[in-house]
Amino acid sequence: MVTYKTIVGMEIHVELKTKSKMFCGCKNDPFHAPKPNIYTCPVCLGLPGALPVPNKKAVEWTIMLGLALGSEISLFSKFDRKNYFYPDLPKGYQISQYDQPIARGGKIVIASEAKQSFSPRHPELVSGSKIASSSRFNLIGTSRNDGKTIRIHRVHLEEDTGKLIHSTVNGKKVSLIDFNRSGVPLVEIVTEPDINSSEEAKAFLKKLHQIIRYLDISDADMEKGSMRLEPNISVKIMSLRINAKQSFSPRHPELVSGSKIASSSSTPRNDDESELPSYKVEVKNINSFNFVKKAIDYEVGRQIEILEAGETPVQETRGWEEKKGVTLPQRRKEAAHDYRYFPEPDIPPMRVTKDQISELRTKIPELPDVKLARFIKNYQLKPEDAARLTDEVELANFFEKCASQLSIINSKLSIQSLANWIINKKVDYTKASPEELIKVITATKQVKQVDEVELTRVIDQIIAANPQPVAEYKKGKTGIIMFFVGQVKRELKGRGDAVSIRKILQEQLK
Amino acid sequence: MLLDKTISELAAGLRKKEFSSVDIVTECYDAIEKHGKELNAFITVIDNTTALTYAQKKDNERTENTSPLHGIPFVLKDAYITQRIRTTSASNVLKNYIPQYNATVYQKLLDAGAILIGKMNMDAWGHGGSTENTDFGPAKNPWDTTRVAGGSSGGPAIAIAARMSAFAIGEDTGGSIRNPAAWCNITGLKVTYGRVSRYGTIAYASSFDTVGPMARTAEDCALLLELVAGQDPYDATSSPHKVPKYTQKLTGNIEGIKVGIPKEFFGQGLDSEIKKSIDIAAKKFESMGAKLIELSMPMFDYGLPVYYLIGPSETSSNLARYDGIRYGQGRNQFTPETMRRIMIGTYALSAGYYDAYYKKAQQARTLFIKEYEKALSSCDVLLMPVNPTPPTKIGELMSDPLANLLADVYTTLKYWIRISARN
Amino acid sequence: MAAKKFTIDDVKHIAQLANLVLSDEQLQKIAEQLSSVIGYMSKIQALDTKGVVETSQVTGLENVFREDVVDEKRMLSQESALSNAKNTHSGYFVVDAVLEE
Repeated sequence: MVTYKTIVGMEIHVELKTKSKMFCGCKNDPFHAPKPNIYTCPVCLGLPGALPVPNKKAVEWTIMLGLALGSEISLFSKFDRKNYFYPDLPKGYQISQYDQPIARGGKIVIASEAKQSFSPRHPELVSGSKIASSSRFNLIGTSRNDGKTIRIHRVHLEEDTGKLIHSTVNGKKVSLIDFNRSGVPLVEIVTEPDINSSEEAKAFLKKLHQIIRYLDISDADMEKGSMRLEPNISVKIMSLRINAKQSFSPRHPELVSGSKIASSSSTPRNDDESELPSYKVEVKNINSFNFVKKAIDYEVGRQIEILEAGETPVQETRGWEEKKGVTLPQRRKEAAHDYRYFPEPDIPPMRVTKDQISELRTKIPELPDVKLARFIKNYQLKPEDAARLTDEVELANFFEKCASQLSIINSKLSIQSLANWIINKKVDYTKASPEELIKVITATKQVKQVDEVELTRVIDQIIAANPQPVAEYKKGKTGIIMFFVGQVKRELKGRGDAVSIRKILQEQLK
Repeated sequence: MLLDKTISELAAGLRKKEFSSVDIVTECYDAIEKHGKELNAFITVIDNTTALTYAQKKDNERTENTSPLHGIPFVLKDAYITQRIRTTSASNVLKNYIPQYNATVYQKLLDAGAILIGKMNMDAWGHGGSTENTDFGPAKNPWDTTRVAGGSSGGPAIAIAARMSAFAIGEDTGGSIRNPAAWCNITGLKVTYGRVSRYGTIAYASSFDTVGPMARTAEDCALLLELVAGQDPYDATSSPHKVPKYTQKLTGNIEGIKVGIPKEFFGQGLDSEIKKSIDIAAKKFESMGAKLIELSMPMFDYGLPVYYLIGPSETSSNLARYDGIRYGQGRNQFTPETMRRIMIGTYALSAGYYDAYYKKAQQARTLFIKEYEKALSSCDVLLMPVNPTPPTKIGELMSDPLANLLADVYTTLKYWIRISARN
Repeated sequence: MAAKKFTIDDVKHIAQLANLVLSDEQLQKIAEQLSSVIGYMSKIQALDTKGVVETSQVTGLENVFREDVVDEKRMLSQESALSNAKNTHSGYFVVDAVLEE
């Protein structure tokens, strides 16, 4: 029996929202530009004689992103030229980084919630067993229940290209070029091929997006293209057949021997378990997390069919066609791939001291994982609520403002009620003011308030009426407390809040 | 003739109103009228009415404090970007290119009040040592028009020699200032890399390209360098070091200066007349109190391969922008010599050959630096020939690409290290 | 590395990387010239560079940056940006369609 394992490495490009471009002082705001080609200068238009000078902030932000991902920051780094021809690349080379990126290594741990939420759809992913799923193929996913680590391979800084628009002018098919985006700082994050399902890919990307938004270094807007996602997908045969080796060997050995390993990692792992397939398929043109998921699912299915036929998928770049829900070979004309990287002679190398790195570390705001843990601990919030509130940093900040307002006015309103309200009513934090919001909640809750005397009376009454559950509780079956909460709530006809009721019950049942 | 004077003499005369800028500029245009066509030094001559009107304006506004370059006519190698004035790099690729900005060095000269007379012929993109690899016709040596002027900054050297300009700005990558300066018998200074901003200089080989003065005398060059050198926020490789008063260092006293003479530079292949001239110069220095020290620089042999691997590699990348989309004509307009250099460079950088050629050359560069450091620890200056031979006949070098490239044998040795050289 | 004899196919490949379209005659000529020039350059292989670091810049400068400010002075108007282009349309540069049919 043959089973298959999905292997995905991601390449993510993120445009930094610096005021000016990467190597010149042109305005960095391509999406709001009222007209094409109005934010250009000799440098980003690639005019003869122009020279690049790197934007300090962009370098600092890239270092901060590296730190946030737990990467090792290179004390010495440099820019290189990546040479290729394309009409949207004005200089005929892109200033990028080759062998000395700003940051290497690092990781993102996907929260276990994220995994559990998708596990039921693929029980085999969780159990690790090889039970056939609804598809006719057997997929092996991750089997651990705690958070899964996706390793970061590297983080480097480069410049964006211009934008091509495909059009017809005077009956002729043409491409129009706008260089407003040319030279915008672009960070590339490359992962190791540690992603083993489309759900993991999505969870990873959401987490990365969240970190970038917390750092406030990019809009990371996929619709606008300021965050671009390129999965490198392959499928590994985990053969249990006797002639496993043969089933692996493709009909086109030349594709295997000549092609590169999956992922752009330059340090393939050696152990057998992590040996990678001989090919990979890069998918471009994806502008949402859901499309990444769909594209991976589609690709894995497509590749398994090819593997089932005893062939090896061709190493290629494909594009995601959302309307059809398929990937198709890229229509973009590509020249031979030999980028002829060499050190950029126009830009002196960069050296950063450990002190400077420490200094930048202090500029990193509280990151999602830490904020989540703090919300759970300090505000005694339910993990899922804390997760919702910390999903976006702006919402988290708004919640905290409300919470501090609560304590300032010494409100009786509980934090949990506040949290529930913000989450359930989908409060627009860009418009609401904390003071107003608390007034509104308090006014609405007033009717539902129960005075303590009544509450204590009802609780005593419920405890007295249920000796059996009380005994069980005292034996240690503490989960039964929810039964009491329910009883009290029913008696109060829905008034009172569960958290306070529970607290008093715990006291009383001691 | 006014243009026989040095820049300081001209500046003093202007200040004392002994003559005017209009007088000097008129002399330039007279010389251009007389010799311009034959020597083919210019690609673009600035309209004389414009230049004379400007000269008149300068004459009117001159004060005691104006720059010594105020009202002085000059020319630029056509590798410098000049706003609204056609800039071609001597290539058909840019034959109609009208730049949208100014090179830093040009802007500095404009700010000082100097008057641009023309944009000069050169080897296209700096690719050559004779000003024959140009789409605007070969430039001729003013001393013998059957011979080349040298290159790639041939046009500027001719303009100085033929008194068509008071000074020029050339550009030296592998000998492009020194070689034509030597062959046209003027003074050219290849400055230390980074000393003058490259912003607005059409790039040949970015890590070699230097912007330097060409003029009649060393004093002129010192004065010019003082004015154009310095850090530029638009050139990340420009030097932050303070610009010294070079003119004050020209005391005429070389007592005790140690002049190193690397023996490898005087071996086979060096023309006997050139060797004789250098011997005379060395003797002269000695008579002035300098000490001659013979030394050995065995890396000499590797100079050309290193230069001809790194230079074309960088040029293959630098010339990638000329795709005819945003400006200029298509890539099929490059001359055969330029195509050849692009091809060599592309090959040296390509997968599988990078280590053997480009990387190897960059390592050799390190060894050269060490060798020069060692040599300069035992002497103050090095004396060496610029060219192995006197000017070649027009057409002679173009027939053989390898011979063409070997002509750069001496000058290429100074470009990749931080060293200045003058002819 | 031994001196290399360049074939027409070698030259075609390099020309493709260099974005140069060469005639058959040019291909032939450049094949010969590359063989001779690269042959000459190959003498560099005799140099012992084991353990020698590469020099790609000579200034010794490090950390040269610009502050993140908009330099309006240097920005070009749309008209100026497009002023040297052969083919423009509604404020865009124009090239033949880059997508394959």
